[in-house]
Amino acid sequence: MPDTRPDVELKNPAPSKPPLDPHLKALENEAIHIFREVAAEFERPVMLYSIGKDSSVLLHLARKAFYPGRVPFPLVHINTGWKFPEMIDFRDETAKRYDLDLIEHRNPRGVAENITPFTHGSALYTDIMKTEALRQALDAGQYDAAFGGARRDEEASRAKERIYSFRTPDHKWDPRNQRPELWNVYNGMIRKGESVRAFPLSNWTEVDIWRYIQAEDIPLVPLYYAKKRKFVERDGMLLWAEDPRFEALPGEQVQEDYIRFRTLGCWPLTGAIRSTASNLEEVIAELEIATVSERQGRAIDRDQAGSMEKKKREGYF
Amino acid sequence: MSATATAALAASATVTSLPHAETAPVVRDTRPLRLITCGSVDDGKSTLIGRLLWDTKAVKEDQAASLHRDSGKQNDLGLPDFALLLDGLQAEREQGITIDVAYRYFSTDKRSFIVADTPGHEQYTRNMATGASTADLAVLLVDARAGLLEQTRRHATIASLMGIRQFVLAVNKIDLTGYDRAGFEKIAHDFKELALSLGIRQVTAIPMSALKGENVVYRGTDAMPWYEGPTLVETLELATVRSAQTVGFRLPVQRVSRPGESFRGYQGTVAGGSVKPGDSVAILPSGMIANVTKIVTFDLVRNAAVAGDAITLVLDRQVDVARGDMIVSLESQPQIGLAFDAQIVALQPSGIEPGKRYWLKSGSRRQRVTVQPASQLDLKTGKWHHHAEALPMNAIGKVHLAFDEIAIFDPYEQNRTTGAFILIDPDTNNTVAGGMITARRNDIGGIHENDRRVILSLPADLADQIMASEAFANRRDEVDIRRTTAGRAAELLDDLDN
Repeated sequence: MPDTRPDVELKNPAPSKPPLDPHLKALENEAIHIFREVAAEFERPVMLYSIGKDSSVLLHLARKAFYPGRVPFPLVHINTGWKFPEMIDFRDETAKRYDLDLIEHRNPRGVAENITPFTHGSALYTDIMKTEALRQALDAGQYDAAFGGARRDEEASRAKERIYSFRTPDHKWDPRNQRPELWNVYNGMIRKGESVRAFPLSNWTEVDIWRYIQAEDIPLVPLYYAKKRKFVERDGMLLWAEDPRFEALPGEQVQEDYIRFRTLGCWPLTGAIRSTASNLEEVIAELEIATVSERQGRAIDRDQAGSMEKKKREGYF
Repeated sequence: MSATATAALAASATVTSLPHAETAPVVRDTRPLRLITCGSVDDGKSTLIGRLLWDTKAVKEDQAASLHRDSGKQNDLGLPDFALLLDGLQAEREQGITIDVAYRYFSTDKRSFIVADTPGHEQYTRNMATGASTADLAVLLVDARAGLLEQTRRHATIASLMGIRQFVLAVNKIDLTGYDRAGFEKIAHDFKELALSLGIRQVTAIPMSALKGENVVYRGTDAMPWYEGPTLVETLELATVRSAQTVGFRLPVQRVSRPGESFRGYQGTVAGGSVKPGDSVAILPSGMIANVTKIVTFDLVRNAAVAGDAITLVLDRQVDVARGDMIVSLESQPQIGLAFDAQIVALQPSGIEPGKRYWLKSGSRRQRVTVQPASQLDLKTGKWHHHAEALPMNAIGKVHLAFDEIAIFDPYEQNRTTGAFILIDPDTNNTVAGGMITARRNDIGGIHENDRRVILSLPADLADQIMASEAFANRRDEVDIRRTTAGRAAELLDDLDN
């Protein structure tokens, strides 16, 4: 009988969990395979870290993929200056806890010109503070591969995205001319200046993400759980109203009730939902009977038809 | 088998009980089933996929609302235009076309599904091959009024070539035939014959109306009391996911993990068989032998790993292992050599040029290869024709591969991971072909071990005349005509005898 007890060096980080069900296990295996392949094939990979639940799963998978080594690439967080404070706290704790190489980038032009979602509209704001900022960060690091947590079930244009998604030197995506992707054989050959975005979570659905978070006990920003928070109703969206920069419009009434967020981003663009689901079990129970998609709370997707596709072509994740 | 069961079987045209069929699993497999849908817009493919997503509640209210908003269109039943749900890109909506492969997700209480949705018209071969490469099951759609078409044969041929062994024939728009049972059974029978000619024995034919939602997710018993077989979703829930667990152990090494001086692990995804501590393994291509001491994962040090598991393997001695190597079982090793036969699908307008040096990537291994086309498949007839010139886009060809360095493969039939590869054009870096290994060649002038052809040695002019004749044309695969002199033949035969 071989000795299969862990060595001292292989201290088991999660000692007594039940094994994953075969469905989640298959998704996990696929994601780990992609992480390892990209890390081996590219010279300067980086992970785009948005602090949300998908990023949390992505990071967890990265730690698994390279265990017992540490995550062999930096994480970049594009900070717009309008993130929920709880997100930033969580980010910094996470980086410390897992010994991560975290890089924050904010678009200096946007800061200098004081670009805000309220004064410039969500489209221009997103273009400058997110898309342009992302391009700056990727160029600065000369990264040739960037991991992202995008899923194909999120949005229509994502359904056609490859796992290795090729980008030109100016970060353009050409959906009509993508490289064919067969089996799990990925083509990582690029010229200098070109890059790929790699999406290990491509085949995950929102339910998979939540069930995996539960099965693996992955920590999340508390904003995903219901709590009494202050908000207003604006254009059919429940807008968080606790930031000092928040200004109520004439006729708007600040309410306080149990709300939570299904996706996290910049608070002025992220709608909350009324919910009393204050822990993971309740969130999942709510999700299983949910009749609207998670992106419903996102102002960014509603600007115009094909808006996500347009942003993606220009370099947005 | 009871009389009722027999009747049900006949009515559903299910032929899974043939003696040679792959046996169904005892335990329900809850891994996601990957499937591909084949058919044209006219067959109602968008409606079928839309119906699957709709009836399994994969479409949320806001998405449905945006469908209504975008189109203002509804079908007769007050449901949104499903095609709009599926055509994700603005160019597609504007031009009313479908680009490329899209992936859809839905689930039932029993299982989840990943659908590769490919457009049925132009460039279907390229897109279908892409979608089929990861699929375990193909749903082929036909219009009940039209029956099998030439495209049905094309789709079935490509699907079987890509290794799919389970077919569902969706006989759609059955409502427009007045739910004609005899018509359905005729189509089911014809398709069974077609599938058998491709070596496919797991076939389920289902009469359905995707528009009305009959026999897709919900039963259509009211309209078709004569049909007692499964719905589409029931069939998908019971389908098997291919696993390479019964073949020899294979671990293509993706990277070597050396976090500290004391640890050295080989990271990769098990591509076949299983492994446990204590097993002896060989490292290819070097051929060195070592023993497995540990299988490391983040969660625990494991007692065994099987095909599909992403692991880190620790060996008992210092051996030279690098990315691209393959760690394999001693008893059942893959084939290694400098020359292989393969079938490829050409994916780009530049085609595949004879004699050009490409990059070949298989698993984690990338190496130079020269490709020589030998024949091309006529999708209309299912026959192979001699073809030594460039293979144009969408062509399916048999080719000879010649490597500069040792290559390691299993035949695709035995292992869909270690038998698959892509070709990359070094000029553009684009993926230009997907390929499947058929056999290793003993590289003696294009003659290889499993070759059943007869060799005829003729003067060049006579060879050309015979090859141009009609009598020869149909039997080209059986004969290899060589313009070889007796002197060269003597050399070759001497080599063979030694």
